[in-house]
Amino acid sequence: MAYIDLQNDLPGIRGPMAYSPETGKALNELAEILLHDDNNTLTRGERELIGAYVSSQNDCFFCQNVHGAMAQHYFECEMQLIDDVKKNYQSTPISNKLKALLTIAGSVQKGGKFVTADEVELAKSLGATGKEIHDTVLIAAAFCMFNRYVDGLNTWAPQDREVYVERAKMRAEDGYANMNLNK
Amino acid sequence: MAHIQVPEGIPGIRSLVMFRPETGKPLYELAQVLLRGESPLSEAERELIAAYVSHLNNCTFCASSHAAAARCLYGNEKNTVDDVLKDMQQSNVSAKLKSLLNIAGKVQVLGREVLPADIEAARKLGTVDREIHDTVLIAATFSMFNRYVDGLASFTPKDPAVYEAMGKRMAENGYVLPQPAK
Repeated sequence: MAYIDLQNDLPGIRGPMAYSPETGKALNELAEILLHDDNNTLTRGERELIGAYVSSQNDCFFCQNVHGAMAQHYFECEMQLIDDVKKNYQSTPISNKLKALLTIAGSVQKGGKFVTADEVELAKSLGATGKEIHDTVLIAAAFCMFNRYVDGLNTWAPQDREVYVERAKMRAEDGYANMNLNK
Repeated sequence: MAHIQVPEGIPGIRSLVMFRPETGKPLYELAQVLLRGESPLSEAERELIAAYVSHLNNCTFCASSHAAAARCLYGNEKNTVDDVLKDMQQSNVSAKLKSLLNIAGKVQVLGREVLPADIEAARKLGTVDREIHDTVLIAATFSMFNRYVDGLASFTPKDPAVYEAMGKRMAENGYVLPQPAK
């Protein structure tokens, strides 16, 4: 049970977002630009995968399943691929550029100063643009926030992972901005 | 030098949101509502939580600028800020604020580090739900800002006078998205 009375029964981050709609609005607008907006050279699937990976490193069950299911939806793949990426992305068939971006995201998860010039250079040599590196760092940083908000308030999360897969299609269509938290 | 081509000579997060104003907008909105919007915590207390978390994350830019803002807002009691950053438990802030700073410090490590006992301790000292919510979200938000600022190696000024001016502006004007250079 959540540590505070959220005045609703919504799972994960939707609980505190409904409790505090003003901050919820800014958080969802950020998620919209970072993860759903199509004015981006990283695909939605790649961006969701970065979010899922960081959430898994932060051991946040709710976020890693929501965003893992989103990545799975966009990649049209099995859950196994997402789980393999979380476990050891270097051994998966994703592109070398995405691997280099996940390395940067993994460093951000530990702390901003863990990102090295070599990691950035490698990503650039594989074709990553400045904006893609920017977005990778900010997605990783943003999930370090979302994960802490969700777990720091001890919100509840559905344990059946299929629930997240079933919801992903709707979220992909609706996006994050002005999200109906009760739906 | 920053890892990406942000505007030169512009410090910290300002350079990053000028590089990417689309994400800058919700980031500044979040800072404004969280640190200046309605809350049972004073603006000074909220800036102190932000400075404390940034200090724990070893983010010089965010720690220095939010400490400067908190000093402005604490006015005559501005020494409080440096006392807390030096040794929170030994500082002269109230037991209640210490219990919230303790929760913020746990969030800084990871969400799961916050235990029922931490919440209980805060409640016994009269903390209400909204204060716990705002403390957790401020700590989580600065766990993002700190990583954003340092993860891209943005410019961190060394001169304390720069932060003093920055803090004054933050205390007086709040968080207004900087406009891209013409």
